[in-house]
Amino acid sequence: MQASDIHFETTEFLDSSGKLLRPLPAMLSSRDQLVELYRVMVQTRVFDRAAINLQRTGEMGTYPSNEGQEAIGAGIGYAMQDDDVLVPYYRDIATQIQRGVLLEEILRYWGGDEWGMHFRHQAEDFPVSVPIATQACHAVGIGYAIRYRQQARAVVTTCGDGATSKGDFYESINIAGVMGLPVVFVVNNNRWAISVPLEKQTAAPTIAHKALAAGIDGYRVDGNDAVAMVQVMSDALQQARAHRRPSIVEALSYRLGDHTTADDANRYRPREELEAARALEPLIRYKAYLQAGHDWSDDDDESLYADCVAEARSAIEVYRAFPPQPAGEFFDYMYARPTADLEKQKQEWLTQVKRHG
Amino acid sequence: MAEWTLLEGVNRAFASEMRRDANVIVLGEDVGVNGGVFRATDGLQDEFGIERVIDTPLAESVIVGMAIGMAAQGLRPIVELQFMGFIYPAVDQIINHASRLRNRTRGRITCPMVIRAPFGGGIHAPEHHSESTEALFAHMPGVRVVVPSSPARAYGLLLAAIRDPDPVVFLEPKRVYRLGKQEVEDSGEALPLDTCFVLRDGIDVTLVSWGASIKETLEAAAELARVGVDAEVIDVATLSPLDMDTILDSVARTGRCVIVHEAARSCGVGAEIAARLAAEGITSLLAPVLRVTGFDTVMPLYRYEDQYMPGVHRIVDAVQEVMGYR
Repeated sequence: MQASDIHFETTEFLDSSGKLLRPLPAMLSSRDQLVELYRVMVQTRVFDRAAINLQRTGEMGTYPSNEGQEAIGAGIGYAMQDDDVLVPYYRDIATQIQRGVLLEEILRYWGGDEWGMHFRHQAEDFPVSVPIATQACHAVGIGYAIRYRQQARAVVTTCGDGATSKGDFYESINIAGVMGLPVVFVVNNNRWAISVPLEKQTAAPTIAHKALAAGIDGYRVDGNDAVAMVQVMSDALQQARAHRRPSIVEALSYRLGDHTTADDANRYRPREELEAARALEPLIRYKAYLQAGHDWSDDDDESLYADCVAEARSAIEVYRAFPPQPAGEFFDYMYARPTADLEKQKQEWLTQVKRHG
Repeated sequence: MAEWTLLEGVNRAFASEMRRDANVIVLGEDVGVNGGVFRATDGLQDEFGIERVIDTPLAESVIVGMAIGMAAQGLRPIVELQFMGFIYPAVDQIINHASRLRNRTRGRITCPMVIRAPFGGGIHAPEHHSESTEALFAHMPGVRVVVPSSPARAYGLLLAAIRDPDPVVFLEPKRVYRLGKQEVEDSGEALPLDTCFVLRDGIDVTLVSWGASIKETLEAAAELARVGVDAEVIDVATLSPLDMDTILDSVARTGRCVIVHEAARSCGVGAEIAARLAAEGITSLLAPVLRVTGFDTVMPLYRYEDQYMPGVHRIVDAVQEVMGYR
């Protein structure tokens, strides 16, 4: 038996020209719902550009682009229930927006302020995880707590294709399978882990195949197709909530941007490949589908973009107006109560600042 | 009151707190049916069930990472890592997440959890089973490092660790797991963290130690008493954050300090204590601060482990040396 003997079908609803290949999912059947999903993607695209510009002009630190990843995030967020829990990595802005994270909070985090992860309107979702794949382990623990309390909730954790090479990913899918935990592991397979292409990460025919070794379900979906994302996430989450069946959802996409603003993908990525990927990106086909099937006009589109630009601008204004952290606050949250040593070190630091600025 | 070994102190603390708080969950390799390879969790699965005493797959990183997720949801997970030598795959989770979630979310998500591991040499165990690398964890901001050295302190400090709102690395000196019994009341009362315990009062020299080395340190103090040297013995117990006040106060009276630990010498916790004595207690010192420790070598296999660990003679010699300064 060879790995390639097993085939994972890729779920598609919209082809790259925006043609609907099968009936819409029940939860995404009205024009309003379809536009809502589109709005999140446009909002993410517009915000992402604004964030990169902020970094380029020195108003924000290093930032990871979400360009080309909008359908994955939007589909996840659309299918999740409020009481599910998100354990994200750093290309999930679309999902985070739908989960109540504020645009200005995202800017605040990448702008060097821990309050950006405090999330005023979201108590349980984890902050973005920077160390690759480590967050998969946390999702498993949250899943265990849900199972222990016999709740009908699920956890979604996300990562990139490179993360699936790490031990934490394998340890987590394995334990989720053994214990029957309500966790959906979404892998954004955008083909590149910084400069290392997928073929150097794995010899598995697909990332969905990795589910087999853990005895969990595997789904493969066109991650540039927001409708397909909604359907597959909805199925996977339903299985998790109702039957505690964990799964891997491999979402196929392409990282159109650099890894982060500190990266230059021109060093390692063929230009032709990028150009080809641009034609397949999620917003073009979705707009074409709305125009052809739902009376979406150029005016509608322009007005949506204008709204999203205004929102991003307003978030930037709020970001700029955030007061700085109180002096020495970085000492205060290491423990529930600062230790005596930390109190002393804080005073030492405050004295130094007073003396030398 | 019952007489317990240190191991029984650990076990009774588990049982006491699990009866009191349904959020307390125990997880690790072999902790359930087998009751742990040292039997620290013996009987717990029978009493509390498989949902609360979990035999996990053999995967240290996800065991600790999973506990982080549980703690974020309001459970109180206690992780057993079978030996300190196998803790390292989980260090990523401890240093990058458990220790900093509170800070990086400004208090929104916290990690009340205990990571237990038996540590130290002296039981003729195979390779990788005998190291003392507590300094790695004492160097991490955001975690506590606690080491009990008696049955009563195992019981009381473990209760405190479970109830603490922040992550605690709880290192158990396995050489003294079953060495001697002590009367302990199963009262459910915790001992304070972040404080040293003065085990013996003395006026001539301060001996500072923790874990299994407390045994040889106390023996050395008894031997020194026979030659007229009156040693104070301090069990540090919480290695991070350090209670320097107790140590400085003692050294202010004795003027001399010898630090005893089984771990390798360089950059060990003893170095931190010595540096703090130099910075904050230099005017009290009548003699150099000496360390009696393991060496900066790999822990030898068991034939030579007794030569590696600080013995009574080495401690007595060091004390005689500091007593030579007048």
